[in-house]
Amino acid sequence: MPEKLVVIGNGMAPGRALEHLFEKAPGQYEVTIFNAEPRVNYNRLMLSPVLSGEKTYEEIVTHDDAWYAANGVTLHKGKRVDAIDRTAKTVTAADGTTAPYDKLIIATGSSPFIVPIPGSTLPGVLTYRDLDDVETMLEAAKSGGRAVVIGGGLLGLEAAAGLKLRGMDVTVLHLMPTLMERQLDPAAGYLLERSLKARGIDIVTKANTHAILGEDKVEGVKLDDGTVIDARIVVMAVGIRPSAGLARAAGLDVGRGIKVGDDMRTSDPDVFALGECVEHRGQCYGLVAPLYEMAEVVASQLCGPCESHYLGSVTSTKLKVTGIDLFSAGDFAEGDDREEIVLRDASAGVYKRLVVKDDCIIGAVLYGETADGAWFFDLMKKKTPVSEMRETLIFGQSYQGGSPLDPIAAAAALPDDAEICGCNGICKSKITGAITAKGLTTLEDVRAHTKASSSCGTCTGLVEQLMALTLGDAFNPQAVKPMCGCTDLSHADVRRLIVAKSLKSIPEVMQELEWKTSCGCAKCRPALNYYLLADWPGEYVDDDQSRFINERVHANIQKDGTYSVVPRMWGGMTTSQELRAIADVVDKFQIPSVKCTGGQRIDMLGVKKEDLPAVWADLNAAGMVSGAAYGKALRTVKTCVGTDWCRFGTQDSTGLGIRVEKFMWGSWTPAKVKMAVSGCPRNCAEATCKDVGVICTDAGYEIHFAGAAGLDIKGTEVLTQVKTEEEALETIVALVQLYREQGHYLERIYKWAKRVGMESIKAAVVDDAAKRRVYFDRFAFSQKFAQRDPWADRASGGLASHEFKPMADISFQEAAE
Amino acid sequence: MTDWHRIGLVTDIPRRGARCVDSPFGRIAVFRTAEDRIFATEDRCPHKGGPLSQGIVHDSSVTCPLHNAVISLQSGAMRGPDEGRVRVFATRVDPLTEVIELSLDEETAGIREAAE
Repeated sequence: MPEKLVVIGNGMAPGRALEHLFEKAPGQYEVTIFNAEPRVNYNRLMLSPVLSGEKTYEEIVTHDDAWYAANGVTLHKGKRVDAIDRTAKTVTAADGTTAPYDKLIIATGSSPFIVPIPGSTLPGVLTYRDLDDVETMLEAAKSGGRAVVIGGGLLGLEAAAGLKLRGMDVTVLHLMPTLMERQLDPAAGYLLERSLKARGIDIVTKANTHAILGEDKVEGVKLDDGTVIDARIVVMAVGIRPSAGLARAAGLDVGRGIKVGDDMRTSDPDVFALGECVEHRGQCYGLVAPLYEMAEVVASQLCGPCESHYLGSVTSTKLKVTGIDLFSAGDFAEGDDREEIVLRDASAGVYKRLVVKDDCIIGAVLYGETADGAWFFDLMKKKTPVSEMRETLIFGQSYQGGSPLDPIAAAAALPDDAEICGCNGICKSKITGAITAKGLTTLEDVRAHTKASSSCGTCTGLVEQLMALTLGDAFNPQAVKPMCGCTDLSHADVRRLIVAKSLKSIPEVMQELEWKTSCGCAKCRPALNYYLLADWPGEYVDDDQSRFINERVHANIQKDGTYSVVPRMWGGMTTSQELRAIADVVDKFQIPSVKCTGGQRIDMLGVKKEDLPAVWADLNAAGMVSGAAYGKALRTVKTCVGTDWCRFGTQDSTGLGIRVEKFMWGSWTPAKVKMAVSGCPRNCAEATCKDVGVICTDAGYEIHFAGAAGLDIKGTEVLTQVKTEEEALETIVALVQLYREQGHYLERIYKWAKRVGMESIKAAVVDDAAKRRVYFDRFAFSQKFAQRDPWADRASGGLASHEFKPMADISFQEAAE
Repeated sequence: MTDWHRIGLVTDIPRRGARCVDSPFGRIAVFRTAEDRIFATEDRCPHKGGPLSQGIVHDSSVTCPLHNAVISLQSGAMRGPDEGRVRVFATRVDPLTEVIELSLDEETAGIREAAE
């Protein structure tokens, strides 16, 4: 007499468990299935191809009616079980159908999480979970219009791509800064965003949905920032929750999901649970591979006492959007017991990252080329040691087996017609031929004669290998100093490529320029942040976390962790009110030291970080703004008293200094910029050792630059003479803008001038009035976004308040239970 | 039994940033990496006592704001040729509520992997 097995739920996990059971022990059980959906078992993973039209429902059916009949299974379609009686050992469906059991499997799956915002119950708000959802979406897609998908995870993006293919306009709203942040690192998230945008899907990240709008059906979505997006349907795909209500009502142990042991039994040994409704060792799973592993264990356990146990799973993910290749598996967070191997190929849009720990792969993210995903996943699951193939591991399975490749030998092995420089279509023989025929010995020569490596520069390494191959020992690779250990490119290359390739964010630069680390370092991140800020004013959003602390909190850190505060005093001028306000602040906050600086400012030293916003609020109230004494920025314009008071003064040096400072404050520069204006050649403002200085004469203004009085001491060079204050201002501004566009991060003006040459600077800002005007206008445009007092933004209760107060105080707290 | 102290939410700390927590051991810096891993160390660089919470966070390291010493957040060790180590504290995050808890116990510092 067969035992009675009842299964609640007819998804992929119980389907697989039954397949195993019928194979291992045909006839041991008489099976009854209750399915809340009115149909047979189908492959839920294939819903996306059904939505996009690449497959039909019939093609994704796993078990048809004939299968159930052949195995003697009673399938109750469209019957939702609403009670389990564990004493009587029966289950009862909503319509009263009752079935007795000896063994029970609960496989109730999960339900989509609906964000409880206003409007979330309006008709037109859909989830993406089963075939009914897909059919509703397809119905909506027929009449076109816009769909808003809330959630940029796996399901949300698949829904978005499907709806787009069905002819709807689609906007994806995602709460986090990058898509699929649970499965992808930020670099791969950026690439994914780019490809989806290229398919015409609008993506809004950091989007907080405020409400769904509409009277009796969905009409739009409103974000926290006030943006309103019209929408005919809204798909909620923010996550799933295990459906454990039935089990809870039956008195089984339930945490986040139905708790099971390694034998997949619940707290009642006759009741099994499997699939997405399960919590195993604290973990809930939403991917298919673990569910299949659980199914196998359930089947074995049903056959009798056995050793088969479920021990948890390593999971992998693939996005099922045709044309986007993406794979992620395991744990890819960084850690210092882990090594990462990164391969980026910008032109092919490929990003691969492996995380290795204790000589085994523990995580992998592949984008653009995922053929080796299964192989990496296999190495990961089997914990295969990788040291033998460490050098070529990232190139994938087909590279393994031979000896590690010597790069020069690899270049030698390339056929003569192999394309080396993709930008200019230059093949190998053209380069080696030119080197021999014209006796070229430097990279610059090769670039000049063949154009190879002269555009984007990513083939530079290959060209150098060809030079080494052709010239032998005569080749002496040019000493290009890389920006930092994260890249082989120099500052000059990076600046050039940011503009040439229109790179507009740090992750974009790191991907397109093939950074070797995932997150950069303390050297490259501040440099990239400056370059992007200088090159894309108004577009690039300043990344606070890539700034040195002084620029992040707008004060100078001191050796004991306190800060110094220097308010701006235009041209070095101050008033009794300002001095009184400073004195009050010093008393109120018990600031230990007050000092005059070399740039004619007052410095308050030893301010506690927590006090900064309140100090600024008081200084702001007296009309003072940040003096930027902490920044790679315009610091000070020092002046003498000029014609106002001095018997030798020839021009209004104080006035010009104030005018320059008021025009230029707030601008960021590659390194600090200090200026001075002296009213006569006696030069009391010491203008001739400044980054930019002006010496006034009876004839007008002598404009100096490229001085230094720090580590190096250097007198200025004369840039030009002008007659009016207007011309003086325009020339100084154009000069600084040229420096902002060409300077390397942390390179002072005198070093920049030495590198690019006096002639090129004069040609740009002195000899050609039209050019000078262009630089001046670009600076003025950038100032529209830069001239905001950072202190006022952050004064008590303002921006970035997290910076200034501790997160918690547990000094005297009783231990949490 | 380890005592866990609730100190706030993951989102209270900017990505690639840090916040401070006052404790009987002085200031503790709590870091959040680009990939939302949470680490806690004593807020004092082993080199010259700089506040590590004010540094630039990259990968699972922080660069001290005073003299650019690079410290591993996981082990507390200085990177490169420098010798020195900063004390690390165990943290754990509830995956649902994103609440961060911190332990001041010496012995739990080594088992943060197990706690995750």
